[in-house]
Order: sequence, then structure tokens, then C-alpha cells
Amino acid sequence: MSLLEIEDLKVTFTTADGDVNAVNGVSFHVDKGETLAIVGESGSGKSQTAFATMGLLAKNGRATGKARFDGQDLLQMSQREFNAIRSKDIAMIFQDPMTSLNPYLKISDQMAEVLMLHKGIGKSQAVKESAQMLDAVRIPDAAARITMYPHEFSGGMRQRIMIAMSLLCQPRLLIADEPTTALDVTVQAQIMQLLGDIRQDFGTAVILITHDLGVVAGFCDRTLVMYGGQVMEEGTTDDIFATPAHPYTSGLLKAVPRLDRDDGDLLTIAGEPPDMSNLPKGCPFSPRCAVSLDRCRSQRPAMETIGNRRRACHLPASEVA
Amino acid sequence: MAPLLSVRNLSVTFDVAKPGAWPWTPPRKLRAVSEVSFDLKPGECLGIVGESGSGKSTLARAIVGTIPSSDGNIFFEGADLANMDTRERRVHRRDVQMIFQDPLAALNPRMTVGEIIAEPLITHEPNTPRAEVKKRVGELMERVGLLPNLINRYPHEFSGGQCQRIGIARALILKPKLIICDEPVSALDVSVQAQVINLLMELQRDMGLSMIFIAHDLSVVKHISDRTLVLYLGRVMEMAESRKLTTLPEHPYSQALIASVPIPDPVLERARPRPVLEGELPSPLSPPSGCVFRTRCPKAQASCAGTRPMLEDIGDNHFVACPFHAAEQVLAAEA
Repeated sequence: MSLLEIEDLKVTFTTADGDVNAVNGVSFHVDKGETLAIVGESGSGKSQTAFATMGLLAKNGRATGKARFDGQDLLQMSQREFNAIRSKDIAMIFQDPMTSLNPYLKISDQMAEVLMLHKGIGKSQAVKESAQMLDAVRIPDAAARITMYPHEFSGGMRQRIMIAMSLLCQPRLLIADEPTTALDVTVQAQIMQLLGDIRQDFGTAVILITHDLGVVAGFCDRTLVMYGGQVMEEGTTDDIFATPAHPYTSGLLKAVPRLDRDDGDLLTIAGEPPDMSNLPKGCPFSPRCAVSLDRCRSQRPAMETIGNRRRACHLPASEVA
Repeated sequence: MAPLLSVRNLSVTFDVAKPGAWPWTPPRKLRAVSEVSFDLKPGECLGIVGESGSGKSTLARAIVGTIPSSDGNIFFEGADLANMDTRERRVHRRDVQMIFQDPLAALNPRMTVGEIIAEPLITHEPNTPRAEVKKRVGELMERVGLLPNLINRYPHEFSGGQCQRIGIARALILKPKLIICDEPVSALDVSVQAQVINLLMELQRDMGLSMIFIAHDLSVVKHISDRTLVLYLGRVMEMAESRKLTTLPEHPYSQALIASVPIPDPVLERARPRPVLEGELPSPLSPPSGCVFRTRCPKAQASCAGTRPMLEDIGDNHFVACPFHAAEQVLAAEA
């Protein structure tokens, strides 16, 4: 059985200008110890998928469908039941470590709180364990620095603290929402290596949400490509990069300049990301797709499964360049 | 060919008050840019890369003239920026335009697109007839890929990519000689980023513009620029033709930077050795003695703490500030 199984997840936000459908029928699964990348641009619904899974949607948001973690449906849980799971079994790290740490509390207080709540241990023991975890994410002089405040750390160090905090209860699933987007490349490389080590040492499954195809290539077993709140394509990372079977994936790969080759002119995807409150009737990508058919504009393509690969496109996979 | 822009030994210093210091305590000096020199030829594109805090944006602002330099000279078409009178400065402002990172924040939310694009023209050529202004704005909007009938819309009605196109049009209306792009695509989505990069390259080619392109994304800089300058803590580490810099970097910092850039190819990426650079950028308030990179450098030796390495010309327009430099192929050659 998969660790996490998302089935036909829909997320809708009620706004003054009408309903916004951020996620429209997304299904995927994550196995134990596996790393899954969710790739997409802003507005693709990748973060809202994660927030719905964690029960963290904004007040005006509703999630329907199923999100089974270890057989229990997360979407049906009360806040009380959810609190017992969050951070103990599923943890999340966010893009901006400064806004996700409490600026008024010492790192020791913020970290110990998690352990005291979930493991019921005393404060001094909790602080001691927290310091060990900071040490594990390679924060130098952890025992002394644990009494410092978030603003006294650099961006990379703050992200390490967030990672340490998320690992305190040794969760089985870690959701990382753009964990390195705000960081410099050299620090990004450090953090990605740390996440890789953690995954090996603790056997944690990781969902990595990102728009950076380079980070995905080095880190993830499987890749899910999202656009307009829907899954465009899913497969092993090797397959997705070597033989993209959806025009959006193939377009994305061609639009990124690469350091290791002379790319000539970049091939672009025409147009702009979709307006989520006014999605086209058919495939959400059809207005920007260079090879779209008449059918694409009127009829949403069904998800087809070929071996360990899924894709939602009317065009046969062999015709996607 | 005479360079359009010559920067010589440029330093920019900021006064920083110590937290909790008395108002009369002398401030500490933060040197954001130190002894930077380079030339930019007409029609050339120079890329500037570096981590946050390396002084890229400060350097850009000093060249535009919005931040005074504390030492050194900036020559634009042979004239020293520091010695310009008000009238000459006005001309300089026309010739050098800037494009900013956050396209929406750079546009006045209470002005229409047409007003935003026309503003520099009306400021510098107040006698232009209205019809002429409107015609030029319309032409330029078309040129950067905006429909001219959107002229009366406000910035919030546009997406990030379109706002960046407005910013580009605004920068081009005075037909500048040099445009400085400060992280122009880092806030954009991948698919839109490629559109803006292509547009900038096309405009640069067609209008014969010189360009300084600042970004932290080395892949983008390599793609767009002829030469690349690598900054670290305000100092030039290496400067070379972009292709050469990415294939055979000489400076240990450039090598580490290139090794850190992920390549979107799972097979290549997993096979790459990853000599991760330890630590983070030291505080610019107390930079290391000698070579500023020595605290993180894998090749550092005792002598690096003593004398600061000079930028050395190693031929072929390639400059390196490291006595132990050695060409190293960081990226696997493509099979």
C-alpha cells in the first residue's frame, strides 16, 4: 500500500469574484521512502495540493476527493485528529524560512514545543533532543546557538532549522514546498544534499514541490507535472526528462537555458499562465499549446496509463516532439 | 573600438550604524563594491553573476548614477560620471536605462501603461507633440509584444511577464545606449522567462544596444551575455568570455558556482560529483583579510590570508584574481 494516496483532489476557493478552482481532479501516490517531484509554474495548483493534504487551506478554501495517508482519509479528519498526525507523521517545510519561524521565540522554544506536544517529554529533554537535530542538519555549534532568535541566522541556516524542526518526530512523509527558491545556488546545493542524506538516513518519503527542473533531475525518483490545477503527465524522472510525452513538459524542458550546452535560441511557450477563475473548457494548456487539436479546446483529455507512465493529452505520445 | 563604458577601480561604501549605537558614534563602513574595473564595448552584453550580497545591484546602481561611488571612476563615452554637471547628468540618464527585478513593484500602480511608458519621453523631451508621443508608445508596445489597445490599462491588470514587457518598453522609449537589467527574469515563470530572454536578446541585436545583465542564475547569464564577470563580496573574481567561463573556469569560486548549478538532465545530474561549497557568504562588514574567498575556498593556502590577489590578465580576454588558478572542466562535455 502506498504511504499517501491522493484521489481526484479538488480545491476550490470562494472569492468575491466567484469560485476559483485551484486544483481540479488531481490523483497520485507516494510510496514509502520515495521522492516525488511536483513540477509546475505559479498557479498550477502544486502548492494548494500540498496545503490541502496538510489541512492548511485558507479559510475560504474547500477540498474534496480523497487523501489517504496510511489508509486514513486526511480530508475527513477533525482538526484534533489532524493535529496528532501533523508534524509527527507528515511534516512540511516552506519556501521562506523567515516567515515560517516565529520571530518572537528562541529556536529552542519553537523546536521543543513540537517534541513536548507529540512525545510528551519535558522541556529540558526536548531542548537537548532539538540541539541534536540541529547538529544533524549541520548547524555549527548547535548547543549554543539553539537559544538564538530566527533573525540571528542567515537564510540557509534558517532553512536548516526548518528542516531540523520538521524531522524532530521522524515523520514518514516530508512535504517540501520550494525549499531552495529563496536561496543562493551554492546554499541550494548544500540544502539539497542535506535533504538527500536525510532521506537515506531516516527513510523519509519526500514530496518536493518546485519549478526548478534542475533540482528535480538530481533529487527525485518520480515526477508529476501540473498545469492549471491538473496533472499533465507523470512518470519516472528519467522517462519524463528523456521522452516527455506531453507538449507542456517538452516545452518547459526546451525553454530552460542550460549551462552545459550551447542552446541557440530558446524555444518559448507562447502566451501567459492561465487565469484560474476562468479556465478553458478543454485542456487547460490548449490556449498555449503549439500542437493543439480542435478537440483539445472542447474536451478535457482523460488520464491514460501506459506502464508506469500517465499522461493527459489527446495527441498520441509518439507525436509529441 | 573605444569602450562605451569604462569602470575603473570602482568602490561603493555605505555607512552602517551599529545596532544600539549612539547617534554620534562614527558609523561603520560597509564596502559593497571594491575596486571593480571592466570595459563594455558598444553592442556588447556583459553578464554579472554572484550570490546575494555580492554587490551586483550596488554596482548597477552606481553605473546608472543613483548611488554615488566612494572611490574610482565611471567613464561613459569617455566622460567621467563624477565630474558631470546637472545638464550632462541629464543626458547620461537618458543614455543609461534600467530594468528591474520585480516588474509589478517597479511600475506606478496609479498610472496607465501608456503614461508609464511615455513618462521618460515627456520628462526629457517635454516639447514632443502628444500625437507623436502616442505614436511612439504604440510602436514600442507592439515591438515588445504588447497589444497597443491595452494602452489605457493599469499595471495590476497584467501578468508578471507582461509587466516586465512594460518595464522594457519604458526603458527603451528614450533610445538609450546602455540598458542595465537587474535580475529581469528571476521573478518570472520558466515559460515566460524564455519569452523575456528572447525579447531582450532580439532588442539588443536589432537596436545595437549595450547591455549589462545581472542575475544569480548562471545558465541565464551564460545564454544571454558575451562576457561574464563573477563577483564575490564586492570583488571581481573572474571575468571571461561567457562560454569559456562556463566550460573552463579558472577561479575556484567560479568552479564551485558552476558545480552548484543543477542541470535539468537526470542522468548527467546524478553522475556529477558535487563538491559542495561549505558555509555562506561572510559579512561584508568584516570581510576576510587577503583573498575574500579564502574562508570557503577548497584550494586556500596560508598565503591567501596575507596579500589580496590582483586581477591578472591570463590572455584571451580572460582575467582571474587567484594566484593558484587552474583551468578545470566542471561540466561534463556533452556526449
